[in-house]
Amino acid sequence: MRHIISALVQNEPGVLAHVAGMFAARGFNIDSLVVGETENPDLSRMTIVVRGDDRVLEQVRKQLAKVVAVIRVRDFSGVAHVERDLMLVTIAVTAERRGQLMDLINIFRGRVVDVSPKSVMVQLTGPEDKVEAFIECCRPYGIKELARTGVIAMPRGVKE
Amino acid sequence: MAKAKQKKLKSAQKGKACTGAVIFRETLEAEGVDTIFGYPGGVVLPIFDELYESLDKFVLTRHEQGAAHAADGYARSTGKVGVVLATSGPGACNLITGLATAHMDSIPIVAFTGQVKTTLIGNDAFQEADVTGITRPVTKYNILVKDVKDLARIIHEAFHVARTGRPGPVLVDIPFDVSMAELAGTPDKQIRLPGYKPQLFGNPRQIQTAAKAINAAERPVIYAGGGVILANASDLLRQLAKQANVPVTTTLLALGAFDQENPLSLNMLGMHGAAYANFAVQDCDLLVAIGARFEDRVTGNLATFAPKAKIVHIDVDPSSIAKNVKVDIPVVGDAANILKELLKLVEHRPRTAWIEQIGKWKKQYPLTYDRKAGVIKPQYVIEQICEATKGEAIVATGVGQHQMWTAQFFRWSFPRQIISSGGLGTMGFGLPAANGAQRGNPDKVVVSIDGDGSFCMTMQELATAVNYSLPVKSMILNNGYLGMVRQWQELFFGKRYSATPIKSPDFAALARGFGATGMVVTEKSEVREAIEQSLATNGPVVIDFHVDPEENVWPMVPAGKSLHEMKMGPLA
Repeated sequence: MRHIISALVQNEPGVLAHVAGMFAARGFNIDSLVVGETENPDLSRMTIVVRGDDRVLEQVRKQLAKVVAVIRVRDFSGVAHVERDLMLVTIAVTAERRGQLMDLINIFRGRVVDVSPKSVMVQLTGPEDKVEAFIECCRPYGIKELARTGVIAMPRGVKE
Repeated sequence: MAKAKQKKLKSAQKGKACTGAVIFRETLEAEGVDTIFGYPGGVVLPIFDELYESLDKFVLTRHEQGAAHAADGYARSTGKVGVVLATSGPGACNLITGLATAHMDSIPIVAFTGQVKTTLIGNDAFQEADVTGITRPVTKYNILVKDVKDLARIIHEAFHVARTGRPGPVLVDIPFDVSMAELAGTPDKQIRLPGYKPQLFGNPRQIQTAAKAINAAERPVIYAGGGVILANASDLLRQLAKQANVPVTTTLLALGAFDQENPLSLNMLGMHGAAYANFAVQDCDLLVAIGARFEDRVTGNLATFAPKAKIVHIDVDPSSIAKNVKVDIPVVGDAANILKELLKLVEHRPRTAWIEQIGKWKKQYPLTYDRKAGVIKPQYVIEQICEATKGEAIVATGVGQHQMWTAQFFRWSFPRQIISSGGLGTMGFGLPAANGAQRGNPDKVVVSIDGDGSFCMTMQELATAVNYSLPVKSMILNNGYLGMVRQWQELFFGKRYSATPIKSPDFAALARGFGATGMVVTEKSEVREAIEQSLATNGPVVIDFHVDPEENVWPMVPAGKSLHEMKMGPLA
């Protein structure tokens, strides 16, 4: 099962290497790992998408919490939350078919951020499945380059 | 010493600018460090210069691995934090085996390494290595100090992390320019570790549930691990066993946590454990694990481990719980704190049938060997060492057959008595660890029972023993083989002894070359006398016992088999 784990960590050099190394050493499979500063510059938030059964996930949470620089660990499974993945994708498209592609981009509420005679660059945000659905729809045009941030997530409702 | 004190007062009183090296020395003094094991080098010159007036606290080993193992032996035998100091690059790299050994067995060590100047880091400078990168998987915590203003705080944090919660090795990497830099004003000493909050007190409801399970059990067994020793909870374990009338088996690392003369003692369990311990575990209806982690050498095939038992697991490290086995009643916290609470709740139960059954197994399957043999059996030597030292010696071991025989045939009676690498299984651990234990326990007899293979790995540490007058007695059970591997080849690889026969040097002559006393024993009748003689000798002694070359360790649970499927050996 896919889990989104959020870890609040000290914003220090080596923390990312520590967490990534721990995941590799213990054989946990990561789909994505995102790190960014929080509102407090001393703290960063890591959002990790990981797959495994309950036993594996219990170990993932415990082993993460054990890392000295990790302050708090949270698993979003069963928690109402918002998750977002940001993608930039350059799609091969000629001027004649651009209109058709624009319809598709609008359906997915994407934004064109760059245009050239033979391509457009699109910015798209959403949960992973929406981003992936858009990628499938673009394939027939030809994807020239693609980059994704990986998932970040936050619980819904007021923070306690 | 007096001079060192004056200097400290000077820098403290006048609020004078002090260097990183001065902060290092003063912070270690504040932590109460009385011994540093290590080896000098280029980028640690400022620190060694600062230690010049307090060199009575410093033990120069002959290899950094020896320093790490010595600090480990010091920590295991005294309960204090072991301290290591080495230079950058190769010096730091040589610590890795020692750090990994301590990490696997949760031994508190703080290792300081020099690092190249901060401006050179990442430039492949002379003797540069990414030490925090290399040691990350083998330390509990590590950190590179980038600014002298953080040094005192980081050192205090290192000691705090090493000794609290589930203990372990911590490494602090100090660049040359940080130890040279002058700090204006007083250094910051306040620990700041927002992510480090070990849970020390067990949940009262879980403790109650555990106590109920113990009171209700008909065939309970306590399975005690190294955590009991680390938590200084041996007395509480003994009280619990007595009060609740529950038999106790221990892991290798917990030998001595429970007195083996106690009728409730089941000795060691696992691959080379006592058959009665393994039978009891396989038949029990409640297994109370305390500070143990269900490692594969202990459990054998997990699917059939303790199949009838409900499992209580007491451990300070939440990630140890339910890692290998499904646990029915987890209790996270310090073993001593939890045992104190349990003692208020457990009640005595007769359990006559269970105690009788265990008595039968003990009679039927004792740990034994061919006592009538004319050749020197290694087990015989161990029994003689035990008798000659009245069972009061601290005993270090290497890794292999001799380690298992020592575990089986020494009579363990007090905590911190055995100094042995359990988790990592590090050959060459014995002599340097014994040096560390002797340094920390100058009034006790320290014996290193070693194999010919293990001894050869770190024998340069004899020079350290001689240099510092550490009267360690090295008892080499010399069988001319890397014996444990040979045993596996005999049993599982058709006796094809691939790369296991070894030709050793003349250990006695070698000992003399180092300035120690050397003896050779080839006759059974000479064994006891040689041991007595070594104990009466001042300074380090090496005895080379020529033992039966193809003796095996029995019983043995073949890898991947269940505990009750152990092979008993020819005498059972």
